[in-house]
Amino acid sequence: MEVLWIGALLAALALGGFLAGRFRALKAAGGDTRVLHSVPNYSGTLVALSAALPAFALSILLAAFGVAPAVLWGATILAGVIGFALSLRLIGRDFRARNAVEAVIKGLLIAAASLAILTTLGIVLSLVFNTIEFFRLYPLTKFFFGTEWTPSFGGGSELGILPLLWGTLYISFVALAVAVPIGLFAAIYLSEYASRTVRGAVKPLLEVLAGIPTIVYGLFALLTVGPFLLSIFGPKGPTAAFADGGWMHAGTAVMTAGLVMGIMLIPFVSSLSDDIINAVPQALRDGSYGLGATKSETIRQVVMPAALPGIVGAILLAASRAIGETMIVVLGAGAAARLSLNPFDAMTTVTAKIVSQLTGDADFASPEALVAFSLGMTLFVVTLGLNIFALYIVRKYREQYE
Amino acid sequence: MSDASPNTARPVSRSLHHVDARTKRRNAAETRFKALGIGAIAVGITFLVILLSTIFMNGASAFEQSFLRVPVHLDAAKLDKKGNRDPADLKKATTFTYAPLIQQGLLDAVQKAGIETPLTKSGDMKNLISSSAAAQLRDRVLANPDLVGQTVTAEILASSRVDGYLKGRVKRDQVAQDKNISVEQLDLADALLKAGILHKSFNWDFIFGADASDSRAEQAGIGIAMLGSFYMMLVVLVLSLPIGVAASIYLEEFAPKNRFTDLIEVNISNLAAVPSIVFGILGLAIFIQFAHLPQSAPLVGGLVLTLMTLPTIIISTRAALKAVPPSIRDAALGVGASKMQAVFHHVLPLAMPGILTGTIIGLAQALGETAPLLLIGMVGFIATNTPDGFWDGFVSPNSAMPAQIYEWAKRADPAFYERAWGGIIILLVFLLGMNIIAVVLRRKFERRW
Repeated sequence: MEVLWIGALLAALALGGFLAGRFRALKAAGGDTRVLHSVPNYSGTLVALSAALPAFALSILLAAFGVAPAVLWGATILAGVIGFALSLRLIGRDFRARNAVEAVIKGLLIAAASLAILTTLGIVLSLVFNTIEFFRLYPLTKFFFGTEWTPSFGGGSELGILPLLWGTLYISFVALAVAVPIGLFAAIYLSEYASRTVRGAVKPLLEVLAGIPTIVYGLFALLTVGPFLLSIFGPKGPTAAFADGGWMHAGTAVMTAGLVMGIMLIPFVSSLSDDIINAVPQALRDGSYGLGATKSETIRQVVMPAALPGIVGAILLAASRAIGETMIVVLGAGAAARLSLNPFDAMTTVTAKIVSQLTGDADFASPEALVAFSLGMTLFVVTLGLNIFALYIVRKYREQYE
Repeated sequence: MSDASPNTARPVSRSLHHVDARTKRRNAAETRFKALGIGAIAVGITFLVILLSTIFMNGASAFEQSFLRVPVHLDAAKLDKKGNRDPADLKKATTFTYAPLIQQGLLDAVQKAGIETPLTKSGDMKNLISSSAAAQLRDRVLANPDLVGQTVTAEILASSRVDGYLKGRVKRDQVAQDKNISVEQLDLADALLKAGILHKSFNWDFIFGADASDSRAEQAGIGIAMLGSFYMMLVVLVLSLPIGVAASIYLEEFAPKNRFTDLIEVNISNLAAVPSIVFGILGLAIFIQFAHLPQSAPLVGGLVLTLMTLPTIIISTRAALKAVPPSIRDAALGVGASKMQAVFHHVLPLAMPGILTGTIIGLAQALGETAPLLLIGMVGFIATNTPDGFWDGFVSPNSAMPAQIYEWAKRADPAFYERAWGGIIILLVFLLGMNIIAVVLRRKFERRW
């Protein structure tokens, strides 16, 4: 196991470095460590770090580029020995080993924090390159304005994003239509009416809904909600008489996915709105009560208008969640891309198609697989835009009362 | 001063207790509004109750499985033609040799119990028995060649149709078109149940076993996928805890207020809201296409989930660091500690319970995440192999619990749905356990300053 042995080598380098550095510092002190600038352990740590760290970084870099094992081993050992020797030479009576160690650690901390930037960069690069590749093979205008989505790996596919966007927006709309009223009223009740005990009991209960994995909601949509809706709105249901043969023809539909996604978003909307309503200063409420307003009048005419920007921000965040949600739509919304107004039709979304285009046995160079990256790019841009806008609104609102 | 009193326009209430029409209206509006709030909460909690009870009602049956207790005569003439009990020769007898033996054993048991049935040939028993039973019996014989020639009592897995019939999933009126079971066979199953030959017992194989192919729902288990999840969580824990803590310490304790720090902060808050499927695309493009890490490996899954959970962990860790009062830092600095020493020797240990709580919650989130795993290939195959050794577990193809559930949900045979719900129960038990640990940690070690 290559990785293990490299790890063992690095550990050995570090241990050897620590002992050697410590020994050298002690020797320089001549038996009285008080004359040293730093505690000997810092000297040891410095040698250990400079022997192991560059070697570690180098080995990862080389492994990522897939060089031959001999080169990998040689380079790692060389880097380790150089780091070891150079840092060991520095150790002496007046050498500020602690400051050096702290500088190295600070560098590591900065590197860890920068990983967030690297991740974003990785996302953007992996999306951009493949998207460009896709648009070389498929015209940009046909992708953005095409109303047909008929991928076929034999070639001659129509890959228009509009039906997918429509499905995404429709399902998100249904989800928000469920989640926003329920979540908002729950938040109002919890923050304005409920006693401490009720609040303490109900809030965690609602938040359980947020902790349930989305695959569970997906299964719930596919196996429970879909068949239930079908029994009511399907050809055999009581509503079949109104529409010829019923509105719904299969368990998977916009309504199924939207409803379940709405349930998932309730705690999201309610806890965000709860925070925002709580941030409205009590003085505003007291003023309203003093003028003789009832509690509900205060909420509707004073608290809500004051909290409105924040609540809009919360709804936008929920919308971005709904647009990016994958498992519920993969299992609950169906696979057919269509532009229809009937909420009981099966439709599909951007996320569901990313999954289906990338999980087949498709050749990664074909437009049918590459389209998933441009779908991902669209999704990324849309959700990012929504998030930035929403966070901007929420932040601006918070500052208003601070 | 005007002569006309404004009160003449409206009759004055005689008493505060007398409620006029307008007050009534306002009070009614108040009650309605409050009722709406209660209604919203009731709806939310009802959804929760429906969801949980659906999971439990559909999934509980996955933990029970039907078995047939059958004495099987391991005919030496068929299994060991050379008669030397040599394992190499025994291996030549395939499952096709074993299957008729089991069927004959079941038929004998049926006749011995005096059950009247039109099914009198051993071949008629085939649909009652799982197609994996022969392989299991063969493994048992290969492990212990002395069994050949004896009559052993074997716990034989019943077929998924019989299992479904006992659990109420397969109904009599549906089996007319079903070529995998007939009404007579269901009658026989009833009689076998009465005779004690067919029985249900706890399904350990579901919890610890491997997934099975499309036609053998009765054998499918989530154990291997659980192992895959375990390896992924190890990767996530080992990477995200140190990196997350280091990033938070920098941002909270050292970062100067400048453009670079702002850039990091903006990136972290945006990454927290990027849809998980996008992280899957990242994993596919960077780890698999670019770095050529093995597909379907828990290592790659763990890396992707690490990137996904880092923002969550960073946000909660920063909150924990912020909760440590500045006086602690000042005291440390005052007695001559460097800033780094003040943070690592004093602030970090005090913030540790909060950091661990946040990490566990982040891990719980990662454990339930499915979408990115679909893109890096952790579905679509049958996870049957236990990894050879600890290190192999990271790189050999595997599934994960949520991916396995998704896989079962997509299969055509409804017998797998029960497994999917059962898998969800196991997944939720893990999540519940992790959250309880987090709550206990918080309760036990939380300090109020």
